[in-house]
Amino acid sequence: MPVAPPSPTLAIDVHDLVKRYGPRTVVDGFSLAVEQGRICGFLGPNGSGKTTTLRMICGLLTPDGGSGTCLGHDLVRDREAIKRQTGYMTQKFGLYEDLTIRENLEFVGRVYGLDRLKQRVDQSLERLGLTTRQSQLAGALSGGWKQRLALAACVLHEPKLLLLDEPTAGVDPKARRAFWDEIHAYAASGITVLVSTHYMDEAERCHEIAYIAYGELMARGTAADIVRQSNLSAFIATGPGADRLAVKLRDAPGVSAAAAFGATLHVCGPDRAALERAIAPYRVDPNIVWLEAEPTLEDIFIHLMGQAHDNAPGA
Amino acid sequence: MIMARMIMARLPIARLTMGRGFLRRLGAVIMKEVLQLRRDRLTFAMMFGMPIMQLLLFGYAIDTDPHRLPTAVIAADQSQITRTVLSALANTGYMSFTHRPTSEEEANALLQRGEVQFVVTIPSDFTRRLVRGERAQILIDADATDPLAAANPLAAAGPAINQALARDFIGPLAGLRNKADAVELVVQRRYNPEGKARLNIVPGLLAVILTMTMVMMTALAVTRERERGTMENLLAMPVRPIEVMIGKIAPYIVIGSVQVVVILLVSRLLFDVTIEGSVTLLSIGTALFITVNLAIGFTISTLTQNQLQAMQASFFMMLPSILLSGFMFPFRGMPVWAQWIGEALPATHFMRIVRGVMLKGADLGAVSGELVALVAMLLIVSTLAISRYKVTLD
Repeated sequence: MPVAPPSPTLAIDVHDLVKRYGPRTVVDGFSLAVEQGRICGFLGPNGSGKTTTLRMICGLLTPDGGSGTCLGHDLVRDREAIKRQTGYMTQKFGLYEDLTIRENLEFVGRVYGLDRLKQRVDQSLERLGLTTRQSQLAGALSGGWKQRLALAACVLHEPKLLLLDEPTAGVDPKARRAFWDEIHAYAASGITVLVSTHYMDEAERCHEIAYIAYGELMARGTAADIVRQSNLSAFIATGPGADRLAVKLRDAPGVSAAAAFGATLHVCGPDRAALERAIAPYRVDPNIVWLEAEPTLEDIFIHLMGQAHDNAPGA
Repeated sequence: MIMARMIMARLPIARLTMGRGFLRRLGAVIMKEVLQLRRDRLTFAMMFGMPIMQLLLFGYAIDTDPHRLPTAVIAADQSQITRTVLSALANTGYMSFTHRPTSEEEANALLQRGEVQFVVTIPSDFTRRLVRGERAQILIDADATDPLAAANPLAAAGPAINQALARDFIGPLAGLRNKADAVELVVQRRYNPEGKARLNIVPGLLAVILTMTMVMMTALAVTRERERGTMENLLAMPVRPIEVMIGKIAPYIVIGSVQVVVILLVSRLLFDVTIEGSVTLLSIGTALFITVNLAIGFTISTLTQNQLQAMQASFFMMLPSILLSGFMFPFRGMPVWAQWIGEALPATHFMRIVRGVMLKGADLGAVSGELVALVAMLLIVSTLAISRYKVTLD
């Protein structure tokens, strides 16, 4: 019996997107495909073009080059159709601080022309757990609550795609976890999520990761794929004074990153032999125990960032 | 004792270091402020460009003693003496005979529409009565809505006529020369018989207050969205520019209307300014004017980056609306180029509508030109606003 899996429907399918601001190319030949119902983490250093890419996907910016579809609609021509089925959460709180929580949700619902508005807003407030605080001004909410409210506003019109731009920046761990639980719940109901973040633990909670640096896609796949494909070697050193070695090892040949985590040291490099040569002088100290380890996502991204930087013109 | 001396000795030093610290910190704040100011180029340009431009503009444009005011003449009596009288009036420099209406009705219409400032009527028996030594009358109807514009010409008219005639009274008429009041000047200050400035100012204020609040309100309403970062969120939702524009403007139309009602009520109760003409016509004109101002405010908001710039641009719009619209100074006192600038301001046209309807009882025909001008401005400004408002963040 032939098992030909049906070709997965792509929620996002963009090719060679280019965006320039004057002489500066912010996004350069970016391509990305995300299957329906997946949570795709969008990572990359600051200024790497994540926000610009998200804005192009949701129709807020017109690409200078490239093409693509979003939920089957053309990126440039069917902008309105994309807007109706997409929820975009801006990096900065985009709701009205001088409206109450309920008024904000009602406004968003009216703009999308939703039926049963009262019922939907009630449900949304209940899901958020803000029913009792619904008449407070949105500006009075703490950072974590603001982000959860913004997310609730984004999904009020039941979009098929969520674009979240650093939704948990500056939010405490508990609120972040609550936020991600909600994201997973939405994904389970079939919504595709493209979420940009700087947090590695969040990257690990994504189904897959896209890493962008200086406007180009550098790595793509699940967290495990990326670790496997990185070909990076890593060692962990523990013992008194291990953490102090970071400064000495950071610029040694063969070491792409050396960082202290509490009392332990974490080093990694692309070439195992070279890395071992670099740490050899310190292995003689009997008090410090060296163990080979798997590189972390952070190791890989910092390594990739360095590579991208080398490739970047004028860098 | 020793302690006290020690404290005394240490005090000046402590004060000195405190003073230095104060200046250093003050300097840091000033420097930061100057740096920020330098970054905001538009504000910087407006701060220096605006005063210079306005000084030149208003310095040259404003003349509180307007000359060559358009005047209609009905000369039912054609004689050497009437010609002398008319040229004497023209020679004052205040009147310029632009219209020769054939009937009183025609002349009244000209006055009501504001096309002429004065109507000079010389009755058919003027020369005859004068020669006979009877009292001869010349009638001047003045549009006194703006008492300032009418005062000097009227004051100059009488002496000018008598002086000129004195030169003409030769031969058989020489006997008239010593009669001081050979010609009686009958002056009718129309629309504002008592020459009260407030009759002119109060309706004009309507235009100024509406310009002030309406333009600024909308300009700030949109830039606020951009400054607070809510614009990006709004643009990501399926709202069209026209919907945002009308939606932003509509509440202010209501606010503007309430302002108008309040101003009119207060004018009536405290200043005794009543509406001579049709309230409906006044309402139509007002609604149109409010809408034009809101559209201007919206356009400003699409051109500026932050609320400060929007505020400054609104002031830039407001000052000419006060100074060049005929509100503060007689419109006809300005040089032609300044009158053209004035014609381009909605406040000028609205000022004429309000004064026409409230003081002169002007009808639709009399203000139709001004209404058309406002509609034209509305179309131009709205087109500009919509073309400038972007659906994307590009």
